[in-house]
Amino acid sequence: MFVDFLYHLRDTGLKTSSTEWLALMEALAAGHARGDLNTFYHLARCLLVKRESDYDAYDRAFASFFSDLETAELSDELLKWLENPVLPQISDEDRAKLKAFDLDELAERFRQLLEEQKERHDGGNRWIGTGGTSPFGHGGAHPSGVQVGGGGGGRTAVQVAGARRYENLRSDRVLDTRQISVALRRLKKLDRDEGPEELQLDETIDASARNAGEIELVFGPPRRNRVKLLLLMDVGGSMDPYTLLSERLFSAAHAANHFKKFEYRFFHNCPYERLYTDMRTWQGEPTIDVLKRLDPTWTLVFVGDAWMAPTELTHVGGAIDFDHRNIITGIQWLHRIRQRVPNSVWLNPEPKRRWTAPSIKLVKSVYPMYELTIDGLTEAVDVLRGRRPNRAG
Amino acid sequence: MSFHLFTGTDTYLVTPELRDAVNVACALERPLLIRGEPGTGKTVLAEAIAQNLGKQLLTWHIKSTTKAQEGLYVYDTVQRLNDARFGDRDVSDIRQYIKFGPLGLALRSSERVVLLIDEIDKADMEFPNDLLHELDRMTFTVLETGDKVSAQHRPIVVITSNNEKELPDAFLRRCVFHYIEFPSKESMAEIVRVHHPEIEDELLRQVLLRFYWLRELPEVRKRPSTSELIDWIAALKRGGIAPAAIERELPFLGVLLKREHDLDTVLNKRRFGRVS
Repeated sequence: MFVDFLYHLRDTGLKTSSTEWLALMEALAAGHARGDLNTFYHLARCLLVKRESDYDAYDRAFASFFSDLETAELSDELLKWLENPVLPQISDEDRAKLKAFDLDELAERFRQLLEEQKERHDGGNRWIGTGGTSPFGHGGAHPSGVQVGGGGGGRTAVQVAGARRYENLRSDRVLDTRQISVALRRLKKLDRDEGPEELQLDETIDASARNAGEIELVFGPPRRNRVKLLLLMDVGGSMDPYTLLSERLFSAAHAANHFKKFEYRFFHNCPYERLYTDMRTWQGEPTIDVLKRLDPTWTLVFVGDAWMAPTELTHVGGAIDFDHRNIITGIQWLHRIRQRVPNSVWLNPEPKRRWTAPSIKLVKSVYPMYELTIDGLTEAVDVLRGRRPNRAG
Repeated sequence: MSFHLFTGTDTYLVTPELRDAVNVACALERPLLIRGEPGTGKTVLAEAIAQNLGKQLLTWHIKSTTKAQEGLYVYDTVQRLNDARFGDRDVSDIRQYIKFGPLGLALRSSERVVLLIDEIDKADMEFPNDLLHELDRMTFTVLETGDKVSAQHRPIVVITSNNEKELPDAFLRRCVFHYIEFPSKESMAEIVRVHHPEIEDELLRQVLLRFYWLRELPEVRKRPSTSELIDWIAALKRGGIAPAAIERELPFLGVLLKREHDLDTVLNKRRFGRVS
């Protein structure tokens, strides 16, 4: 019966190995379960499950396997789990509200409206604009509204509060920092570097030997990675559901101290004449100044969902923030940046099947776009290293 | 069973699950990997085990530059080179230039010790993999002298991680894992009483109310931890703050919230709405 439990766990997606299983057998033989299902539950968990993100998968597997043995202690465990805040914290009331619109339906209607709408619109209950009770726009009051600009929120309330956050805690969907670091590590070009000299051990030994054993220290320039990386990240608005993912990429890149230079800037939906170091306080500098410092030896990685109104890319004054009137269109800015730093890619946290949105297609025509997954990141790194052609479209 | 069982100490309260995990790790002689929010007492656990079981504690604090080899031993070539130059010591005896690290000392020890490998996720990504063999076999060879060190008594290894970096699967498979959950209000009251035995009931109630309110605010990015709560209470007591004032003013908020953004959020909330 117990071996069945192992396979049951593996069936539910836990990567329990035979080593771990044998450890459990050893512990059982030593009497650690004390003949008590509750103790067994914890014993098996500490030996078979090695990530807290897998705890809930284990709980479900355990409950379904032992459901015919269910005892008072076991129910207690389940209750405890139910109190555990790994689930998204939304009240029943909110949940009911969120069902007001089906997501696909909402997205479809949004796209339709976007195509129909030709002018800016405030108030009312149908068009995309500010205020009002249409599910689209910003500052509105519809429970499952599509946020078009404005601070905070997500693309839709449904997506933010719904399954996605919960899935994010499950490691099978998430690129963890380790994987990102491993992928980023491949981004290197070793070269003799200027900078402080360091002791060259082999040369020192040679020189000392030639010097009849009298120590002769030899210094030389160190070999360093000469990759210069600029990370441009979309934050706020529709990127909110991906904050965790973006933060992980960011921290992995930031912690990877093997880059010669590493800089980052933020933008909202599309870069225009300013790039920001802090979106909350709007601290930043003109894009031109950033570009001046760059040259084609730099490597540029965009992170963003490229999901916006096409006008934000194509129109003068199309920028999402209403008090911001850009004279040069977003798409022109994208071209300019690409010209300055041809070695560039765009990472999109949206799954590929959603890349049919007009704005994504536009961005994709300028930058080669890859999914923000391990495979996507690896492909992107290959492009940046020149292992694959760097072609947009 | 022949070994002593870990039960927790007067100053370290332990949940039955954590206690069992410790005892299983001791019995199976596998490393115990502890994860949990900062301030949930991961590091202190090793001290508690050592104290409770009457063992010596060896600590290996991991930094971003720490190499696995340093935990075993370091061969001080520079010292030897220097000595050779000036003829201070007999340089033909390499052993005097072998300096053992915490893991090396733990394996050489004539009795069972507790080894704490603190914040393993701080090190390079390959660090845990480099330790696999030594932790598995509890043996290593000093290459320079050919001496083989193997543990007479396998140490009780406690490893803590803050989850900054994901650990490799091969490493995880060999560990006993426990995730320390954040204490409930009731167990928190007990924990506070361990550190502040003379605290008044009303003060404790108010403090916990505020503390859990702060933790549950979704906007707060760095949630205050147990150790910060203990410090906050110490600050409140020093300042002679009355329990009633805690609700009104949230004094010494800087002890609990360390990010400007979090502080601003909470202060704004207080300005524009009721706290509870």
